[in-house]
Amino acid sequence: MFRRTAFAALAAVAALALAGCGDDTPASSSPSKSSPAVSGAVNVFAAASLTGTFTQLGKDFEAAHPGVRVTFNFAGSSALAKQINSGAPADVFASAAPKNMDDVTDKGTPTNFVKNTLEIAVPKGNPGKITGIKDFADKNKKIAICAAQVPCGAAAAKVFAALGITAQPDSLEQDVKAALTKVSLGEVDAALVYKTDVLSAKDKVEGIEFPESSKAVNEYPIATLTKAPNPDGAKAFVDYVLSDKGKAVLSAAGFDAP
Amino acid sequence: MTRRSRSTNGRLPLVLLLPALLGLAFLLVPLVGLLIKAPWSTLPGRLFSADVWQALRLSLVCATAATALCLLLGVPLAWLLARGGLPGRSVIRAFVTVPLVLPPVVGGVALLLVLGRRGLVGQHLDTWFGISLPFTTAGVIVAEAFVAMPFLVISVEGALRAADPRYEEAAATLGAGRWLTFRRVTLPSIAPGVVAGTVLCWARALGEFGATITFAGNFPGRTTTMPLAVYLALETDPDVAVVLSLVLLLVSVVVLASLRERWIGGLR
Repeated sequence: MFRRTAFAALAAVAALALAGCGDDTPASSSPSKSSPAVSGAVNVFAAASLTGTFTQLGKDFEAAHPGVRVTFNFAGSSALAKQINSGAPADVFASAAPKNMDDVTDKGTPTNFVKNTLEIAVPKGNPGKITGIKDFADKNKKIAICAAQVPCGAAAAKVFAALGITAQPDSLEQDVKAALTKVSLGEVDAALVYKTDVLSAKDKVEGIEFPESSKAVNEYPIATLTKAPNPDGAKAFVDYVLSDKGKAVLSAAGFDAP
Repeated sequence: MTRRSRSTNGRLPLVLLLPALLGLAFLLVPLVGLLIKAPWSTLPGRLFSADVWQALRLSLVCATAATALCLLLGVPLAWLLARGGLPGRSVIRAFVTVPLVLPPVVGGVALLLVLGRRGLVGQHLDTWFGISLPFTTAGVIVAEAFVAMPFLVISVEGALRAADPRYEEAAATLGAGRWLTFRRVTLPSIAPGVVAGTVLCWARALGEFGATITFAGNFPGRTTTMPLAVYLALETDPDVAVVLSLVLLLVSVVVLASLRERWIGGLR
């Protein structure tokens, strides 16, 4: 038994070593009519900021369609786009930014299903005495914002540009959850995150809204993928997210309607 | 080692040779992929940007400082494990390897919980001395040392346990104290193990990402080491990420190869 496993592992390594070239064409799914009978597994690739809501939606969807199993791959939108373009077996892609959706080549027409607004997150009790977005230009405050390369950082840059202030961050975080972690541990006085993130950590952080957040609203598009192994399941899941039930779950988590 | 023991390839059994070559290919093929995908035409322009040098210099400085810290603390720890005769040694040894098993990001959070501004120890550092490690270069060094130290401790301990304790006993009977014995007898006899551990430790520190970005954050010139720069470049421009990775690889290979030649070659 052990030898067989070891052999399989070796074979896998050999395959990896020998591959390199060769275009693996995925088995093209049969062109299907939109039949309501949904079954099998649905692989949903969704932005990390959708983790809470989509896990909930997946459970509800499974309850509404017995025999269907939804599996999620939550990660940064740009990483997911790369995985999908490299041939990952995804049925649905929900991105935190239109740009990452545009990066995906084989997809149906994307629909914007929610939008997310930036909010200032401060540790419980606001120890740094942050009053508004202007404090982000104060050198004496410990500040974290997202790096300009990731969507929340790009949105933050838009806000600062609109205000004409130069932010004085102590750290440029690699994603919005990392920025939130720094706030909930009290390592920074404030960070710029999404409204939904503040709500998701409401026992550890407080949110401060600011009017200029309207300058940088993030649209979330969702689309089925052309090479989906389960096209019917993909369509049904997207329909469910866009349904009234789906909208209720999303707005309860702090997402705004598009 | 002498030349004699190396010239056995004429009789290498195929059972060993085949998996060995496969293993080598497994390790090298991803590197070949990087080399093939590298944007060679625009490479010089991308290479000579201030950001790259800043990140590379910071990486080298921090990895070296972290390695020095590991040597200072890790060699005595290895000695304690191998020779200290401690009760429950195997349990302590298991704890030493915790940073190896822990996902580095979790290691970073653990460091924040202890050494952060609100951390168990960190809050006192902050109020008493005004020292705050997160978001500083010192924080990078601490994070890298935390993740890399087990590599040093394990190889040094292995060398200590393989070394013949009778030399130490002989030194002791000749009147040498324990410290003198350690410096003049033990340390030279385990030098290859220390060098190997140092090299591993340095390499691990150089490539450290998760604990660094979690504990020390990311700010150019202060805490953005090469792996952090690579990760962020990957978000927008994969070509830049490939170039940065190649620079890091090249530098580490050159440093490691030359050090090994010089130190281990000179020792044997």
